[in-house]
Amino acid sequence: MDRLLNVTTAVSAILLLMVLFSVRRERIRVEYSVSWLAMAFIMLVLSRAKPLLNTVRELMGLPDSPLALFLLAGGSALIMLFRFSMVVSHLRDDNVALAQRVAMLEYRLRSQENHEG
Amino acid sequence: MIRPHGEDRLLVIVPALNEEAAIAGVVREIQEFVPDTPVLVIDDCSSDSTVMLARAAGADVLPLPHHLGLGGCVQAGYKLAYELGFRYVIRVDGDGQHKPSDIPRILERLKSSGAEMVIGSRFIDDNGSRTGAVRSLGIKFFRAVLRPILGRTVHDPTSGFVGVNRRALDVFSRSFPLEYPEIEALVVLQRRRFRFEEVSCHFRPRTTGRSSITPAKSLYYIVHVLLGVFIIVLRYESRFHRGNGG
Repeated sequence: MDRLLNVTTAVSAILLLMVLFSVRRERIRVEYSVSWLAMAFIMLVLSRAKPLLNTVRELMGLPDSPLALFLLAGGSALIMLFRFSMVVSHLRDDNVALAQRVAMLEYRLRSQENHEG
Repeated sequence: MIRPHGEDRLLVIVPALNEEAAIAGVVREIQEFVPDTPVLVIDDCSSDSTVMLARAAGADVLPLPHHLGLGGCVQAGYKLAYELGFRYVIRVDGDGQHKPSDIPRILERLKSSGAEMVIGSRFIDDNGSRTGAVRSLGIKFFRAVLRPILGRTVHDPTSGFVGVNRRALDVFSRSFPLEYPEIEALVVLQRRRFRFEEVSCHFRPRTTGRSSITPAKSLYYIVHVLLGVFIIVLRYESRFHRGNGG
C-alpha cells in the first residue's frame, strides 16, 4: 500500500510541476490550470497524510485507502473532462460563427473590389 | 455581389465540398430552369477545382475559410441571404442528385402555401427515385420517430432539396444544426409553430462523390440526430412552460 501511495505522490508532484511550467510558458491558460493544480495538490496531500486519507476512506465507506484515493482522482478527472467538453463545444460554436462572418466579409470585400476595379 | 431582384427575391444556394465533377453542370442547369436568379455556391474548403469551375459556370462563390461541415456551410448561405434581403432561398446539393427543373415548383409552393419550408420529397408518390437499403431503412425509422413529434408524416425527412422563406431564414441564420441538419431543422420549425409542405421531386442517382453518411457512420448518425431532436423538443417545451413560446 505504501508503494502505491508513493507512486501517487510522485505522479501528483510531476503533474503539479508540469502544470506550473506550462502556465509559466503560456501553453495553458491560468483559468484552465486551476482545476489541474487543485487536483494534483489534493492527491499529493492525501497520499502523504494517512490519517486524512483514512478519514476520507471512512466517509466514502470503502475498505481500502488507495481505492478511495483513485476513486476521488477518477471522479475529479471525469468532471474536469466534462467541463473541458463544454469549453470545446463553446469554442466550436464561436469558431463556426467567426468563420462564417469572415467568409461573408471577404465575399463583400471581393465583390466591392471587383465592382470598383 | 448577388442582389435580390424580381418579385420573388429568390436565391439558390449550393453547398459543395469537392464537387468538381458535377458543380458546373448543376450551376448551368439551375440557370437554365430559373434564369436571372442568383446562384451562390458555398464552398466548404474543397481541395479540388470546385470554386474555379463554379465561378466559370456563372455562380457566385462564398468560400469558407475552413471546413465547417454541411450545417455550418448551409447556415453561412442562409446568413448571407438574410442579410442581403432575399425572400426565398432554395438549397440544391452540389452533387447533381437534385433536379433544378423542380425548383420552380418548390418556389411556387412556398409562395402559394405560405409555409416556412418546402421539402423536395422522393417518396410522396412512386416517382421512380431510389435510395440505398441502409438509407431507406433510416428514412423509414425517422419517419416513424417524427410522426408524433411533428403531428403529421414527413415522407422524406433527410432530403436536402429544401426551400425556405424569410421567416425561416431569420430563425436559421441565428441557429442551425451543424451536422446532419435536415431532420433537426424540421423539428425546430415545428416547435416554432411554423409549417412545412412537401413537393414530389425526382432525384437522380449520385454519379460523383460519396454520401457523408456511410454505412459505418449510420449508427452515429441515428444516435446524433435522435439526441438532437430530443434536446430541441426539451428546449422548446421548457420555453413553452415558461410562457415564452417563441
